[in-house]
Amino acid sequence: MNNKAKTAAFTGLCIALALVLAYVEVLLPPLFPAIPGVKMGLPNIVIVFLLYRRGGVTAATVSLLRVVLVTLLFGNAMAFFYSLAGGALSLVLMLLLRRLDLLSPVGVSVAGGVAHNVGQILTAMLLLDTTELGYYLAVLIVSGVVAGVFVGLCGALLIKKVPEKLIHNGK
Amino acid sequence: MKKRHLRGDILLIGGLLLAAAIAFACVFLLRGDGDSVRVTVDGELYGVYALSQDVTVDIRTADGEANNRLVIRDGKAQVETATCPDGICAAHYPIFRDGESIVCLPNRVVITVVTAQSGDAPDVIA
Repeated sequence: MNNKAKTAAFTGLCIALALVLAYVEVLLPPLFPAIPGVKMGLPNIVIVFLLYRRGGVTAATVSLLRVVLVTLLFGNAMAFFYSLAGGALSLVLMLLLRRLDLLSPVGVSVAGGVAHNVGQILTAMLLLDTTELGYYLAVLIVSGVVAGVFVGLCGALLIKKVPEKLIHNGK
Repeated sequence: MKKRHLRGDILLIGGLLLAAAIAFACVFLLRGDGDSVRVTVDGELYGVYALSQDVTVDIRTADGEANNRLVIRDGKAQVETATCPDGICAAHYPIFRDGESIVCLPNRVVITVVTAQSGDAPDVIA
């Protein structure tokens, strides 16, 4: 098998994994029942893992395709735009922080989780032409931190434990 | 874990939680209770309803569909039923503090608590 095929297969595997995690998240009870719309961001485990073990390009590809596919499966057109904005902001920030090397994977994941929430709220403010959603920001920062720590710990475990052979097979 | 990484993580998480705490304090301590709710559909004013009177309002969007039912009871406003797929607005806790809002993104409905003194709600219907 050549390298291109290997890359495609590996990326596809990661997207499938992210989709399954997104599905699991739909099944789980909400984090804060009083404030709906707050999610764990489990697919971000895959993104954080890729960021450290495979590089930014694969992480970005998986992140983008995940947003498109999750919207097709579980969401609506409106959700697509704020998911995309949240995902993009989160990814750019995580790429940057990974490069700066000031944080552990847990810190990077926390920053990514909070950026995801903030990106979504900013898009919602823009689309609805209202600043009233600012009220949500505090809640979303806290939930982003909680989710980010959990996601980061899972990601850190994978970054440490997954054997190199699985990621760069035979190279 | 590297020492530098641990310090960075603690600073980041501490800073974020502090920012959230300040934002919470602003919302819950500085804001008084509102006296009415303003409803907008697609950015257009739909109506203003006093919190002092119990009332049920079916919010109709441009196509005439009653998509969200707003209920005011005991001085608090909440969305009782909604046709949107996620039902996020219907699950939201009742609001009554100035500036609090319930948002239904799919139906583009925004319900916000306002006070007449702030000049936001001069004409109170209902």
